[in-house]
Amino acid sequence: MTRSINPRKLRSYKEFLYVLPFLIIVALFSYFPLYGWIYAFHDYRPPFPISNETFVGLKWFSTLVNNPVRLKGVVRVLRNTFLMSGISLAFSWFPMVFAVFLNEIRNKPFKKFVQTVTTLPNFISWVLVYAVAFALFSTNGAVNSVLTGTGLIAKPISFLTETDGIYFKMWLWLTWKNAGWAAIMYLAAISGIDEQMIEAAKVDGATRMQIIWHITIPSLLPTYFVIVMLNLANFLSNGMEQYFVFQNAFTQDYVEVLDLYVYNIANSGPGMYPFATVISILKSVVSVVLLFVTNTASKLIRGEGFI
Amino acid sequence: MELTRTPKEKEPFIPKNSRIKTSTGDKIISVITYIVYALFAFVCVYPFYYVIINSISNNDLSQHGKVLFYPLEIHFQNYKSVFTLPGLLTAAKISVLRTVIGTVLTVMIAAFLGYMFTRQTMWHRKLWYRFVTVTMYINAGIIPWYLTMKILGMTNNFWGYIFPMIIQPFYIVLCKTYCESVPQALQDAAEIDGAGTIRIFFSIMLPVIKPILATIAVFAAVNQWNSFQDTLLLMSGKPELNTLQFMLYQYINQASALKALVSNSTNSTAMMASLAHAATATSIRMTVTVVVVFPIMCVYPFFQKYFTKGIMIGAVKG
Repeated sequence: MTRSINPRKLRSYKEFLYVLPFLIIVALFSYFPLYGWIYAFHDYRPPFPISNETFVGLKWFSTLVNNPVRLKGVVRVLRNTFLMSGISLAFSWFPMVFAVFLNEIRNKPFKKFVQTVTTLPNFISWVLVYAVAFALFSTNGAVNSVLTGTGLIAKPISFLTETDGIYFKMWLWLTWKNAGWAAIMYLAAISGIDEQMIEAAKVDGATRMQIIWHITIPSLLPTYFVIVMLNLANFLSNGMEQYFVFQNAFTQDYVEVLDLYVYNIANSGPGMYPFATVISILKSVVSVVLLFVTNTASKLIRGEGFI
Repeated sequence: MELTRTPKEKEPFIPKNSRIKTSTGDKIISVITYIVYALFAFVCVYPFYYVIINSISNNDLSQHGKVLFYPLEIHFQNYKSVFTLPGLLTAAKISVLRTVIGTVLTVMIAAFLGYMFTRQTMWHRKLWYRFVTVTMYINAGIIPWYLTMKILGMTNNFWGYIFPMIIQPFYIVLCKTYCESVPQALQDAAEIDGAGTIRIFFSIMLPVIKPILATIAVFAAVNQWNSFQDTLLLMSGKPELNTLQFMLYQYINQASALKALVSNSTNSTAMMASLAHAATATSIRMTVTVVVVFPIMCVYPFFQKYFTKGIMIGAVKG
């Protein structure tokens, strides 16, 4: 009896064993890819595996600055990334305003309808967004058909290959897809506002705009602040899908953001895998730093972080 | 409690009063608001409507952008012909399979791990919980990820759609939070009756946490259905593993390949089909778009409350 294993200990190990298989999956699919970073320090020529002979140290890191063509490419891509993220950040108040005025609508069925249909695009893939974009904006799509039909323009405009205002167009697609969804959070925050405060303002003779400006918006600012911080933390991560589907020979120079650039250079051949990895490593490092900085800023200003 | 009741007693006349006093400025704002939101709604609905009416209209008219408001010369030939496109049925099967298998596994694992991480007795519980959740912020980059997936045998393999996606830390956090809100007495009672850790999960917790699982299932299913990047990166060597999303992308982008397909399909049916029904590049694109978006549009109205709930739980956590 005295030598038998403590049943509580036994159970604590047993419970660990139940989750162990899943921890192994996490290790393989989330941590093991970090091992792939070693490709940044090698010359990779498949089918030959990397080995001590292929080790080149920081060669690929230095080409980033020494090779003018690549440097130019990276600078261009960073410009695109900063512009796209910058525009998103500059207009990040849009879903909030969208929610505030949607809340002003008294007709319940109309409000519900608007909310439902504006949220729908969030649940379709970028490929589908591009498919409808193509249907509407290609040279024989609906928009051109209307414009030429009414005589506003003589020749169809190929909206999807034109680079005028391309950054703003990309933002418009992003907003079309996300704004309704992003507004839900604000709508919930609005419904949490104390009714008495609004009633009191009405008694004092406040107009609707005054109520929005002095009560609704200030109560939404904490939520908005978190969104801004998250935007900043993800400044370098635009994701590649949107830009991948919208890129073509004409627009590529402008829509190629960092995430897409990594894919595109790797796609030019396995010989470029190391360089693509270098970019990924640098991006990950900067992103982690941004995450900690914004989280700390949030802790200082708001009293709590968002991680 | 008394305090909160006082303003309600005044309610009958104050709001009425303020409504009478609605200024012209407020009225103008009202009208503008309605117009702007009607426009927003139109912009979100019309693209889908346009694609649908074009997929059932005269193909010659739709090819020239003539179908704008309602379907013209309705026919359903396009739906028959797209499913004869090589690979499309296989792609549909792959899309459905990955969505079903992926969703079931993701949800079950999130539920199980979410529950297990609430078990105070587990050896180094907190450490393992961190071990899983930290991965939300880890991103090796697509090339290191691709190369290691290749080592793990996930390339050109159906399971490459499933395994990399089945453990979603965020869903696990949601489940854990939900499990924590369930009274501990429920588990304690089962334990006294002799139920073990696994038994408690299946007989007690799983039925109780169903609401959160529904939300997660909807999200996981939409993610799986919409996923495109993994086909692009992992399945390049096996066209029979293409998903519907990937096929659609190809149909939009590779006009030449599409033309070959079109002439093939018209050759076989050309004798019967008139110009109005013969497949065109446009008709194929539109019809495949509808096929891909259809499941989402069907599911969406019924599950909207779950979507909304999902973002709310997420927001509370964040």
